[in-house]
Amino acid sequence: MASYNTSDFRKGLKVQMDGDPYLMIECNFVKPGKGQALYKCKLRNLIRGTVIDRTYKSGDSIEAADVEEIDAQYLYRQGDQFVFMNNENYEQYELSAEAVDDAWKFLKEGMNCAMVLFNGSPLTMTPPNHVVLRVEYCEPGAKGNTASNVTKPVKVETGAEISCPSFVEMGELIKIDTRTGEYIERVKE
Amino acid sequence: MKSRRGLISTNASHAVRAGNDFLPTANLDALWLRAELLRRVREFFDRRGFLEVETPLLSADTVVDRHLDPFAVEVGSSGCHGHLARADQQKALARRQWHPDRGHRYWLQTSPEFAMKRLLAAGAQAIYQVTRAFRRDEFGPVHNPEFTIVEWYRVGDSMDEGMTLLSELAEALLGSGAAVRLSYREAFERHVGLDPHTATIEQLVTAARQKKIDAPASLLPADRDGWLDLLLVNLVGPHLGQGQPTILYDYPAGQAALARLRDDGDVKVAERFELYVAGLELANGYHELTDADELARRNIEVNLQRQTNGKQPLPSESRLLAAMRAGLPPSTGVALGLDRVVMLAAGAKNLAEVMPFPFNRA
Repeated sequence: MASYNTSDFRKGLKVQMDGDPYLMIECNFVKPGKGQALYKCKLRNLIRGTVIDRTYKSGDSIEAADVEEIDAQYLYRQGDQFVFMNNENYEQYELSAEAVDDAWKFLKEGMNCAMVLFNGSPLTMTPPNHVVLRVEYCEPGAKGNTASNVTKPVKVETGAEISCPSFVEMGELIKIDTRTGEYIERVKE
Repeated sequence: MKSRRGLISTNASHAVRAGNDFLPTANLDALWLRAELLRRVREFFDRRGFLEVETPLLSADTVVDRHLDPFAVEVGSSGCHGHLARADQQKALARRQWHPDRGHRYWLQTSPEFAMKRLLAAGAQAIYQVTRAFRRDEFGPVHNPEFTIVEWYRVGDSMDEGMTLLSELAEALLGSGAAVRLSYREAFERHVGLDPHTATIEQLVTAARQKKIDAPASLLPADRDGWLDLLLVNLVGPHLGQGQPTILYDYPAGQAALARLRDDGDVKVAERFELYVAGLELANGYHELTDADELARRNIEVNLQRQTNGKQPLPSESRLLAAMRAGLPPSTGVALGLDRVVMLAAGAKNLAEVMPFPFNRA
């Protein structure tokens, strides 16, 4: 297994410890002039999201993580599992609802997502920054009220509820920012 | 007034993407400040009658230090060393300075210490040098593998006189007042709560654990100086030189490097001292070791430690040892990292702000 020596340490390194993948988010080199060189690092667990502090001395090494980023198409949901397909080799991957987390709100069949594989298994997926979804149900907007600061909850085709301006009508398409979960604009068909 | 700022680009990855990484990371104001501080260094030593010297950057000898790694340079088996007689080749081979395939091995100097002491052995009284030093694998916000060192020696100086001179130079460069002196023991008693010379290693480990300091898993339980360094870096260093400069002195005997030892009550301490300003280590000085046999012993010990740490041993024979056998007068010498001084004077947080081309743009 490949490993990284302290002289390779830098922000963005993907490593593996106790079977979990970690991302090096900070690496600070400290050394007393005549003393031991230390690398004070912060590492984020790519599964749990927790951040740990680890100090290494020069010459230490950490196992490299086999982490790969691929384009994958969302196919369908089967109970607690979300099924994706690798766009390059058509291999299928299942990701648990827990790993998909809030992203289910934006997942529409056939949508292309970014997926991270760890040792060949799916670890995380990220939907596109912007998605367009159809409004499945909402209360009718108050007549003549076009002020955009008045919002109402709207149910979109994925089943998620999005807060929208009150002028949005049933059956319309809306664009959503998946990073914030916020409505951006109406989209013409 | 015409602006001195000029073009700069400090965001390395952005600059690479934009194809701008030919630009310096320091602005012209910082370079003017650097030039001004260099002038003040020379003025300081010239006024005190020091001789400015220049010694080789590339040398067959190198400082044998547990934690310093020099860049090796193979200068070729033919060419300038083709004239080496077979007997000389054997001698050089034994000193790890010559290899039948790679030829003669030279080293980029981690400091000009060896050559400057050879000048003292040859009769120089007070010398200084502004030069480049090279240390492998040292790269970070306050480290660059190639950096500017100001180093000086004065024959006859005690550690006390050496510390006074260092304090005066710091005052001349940074204008931050005279340095307060704090022994390594006092500093540890104050900030760690133990006596660094008499504490057991278990007590050092416990102190680190209680203060929630993450220790490298590879730090060996028997590595006393490794644990002291860990405590120094995390608990002591950051407090030093806050408000006014601090000189830390009387180091543990195990960290003597090239300093002489002195009996201090029932423990031995190294007559070594360091200047700290704003938590940053700026200079290291020794009341210099003059005993050749003692240096030879330390070299062997350091090389054993290096091998334990997976580092290559360094040549333990050197022309400095020869000079010490011939007679090195007692002196005190100090090396100061000039880039860090410029950084503090500029109010910068990173060496790249005061070096035009740090290692990743060199």
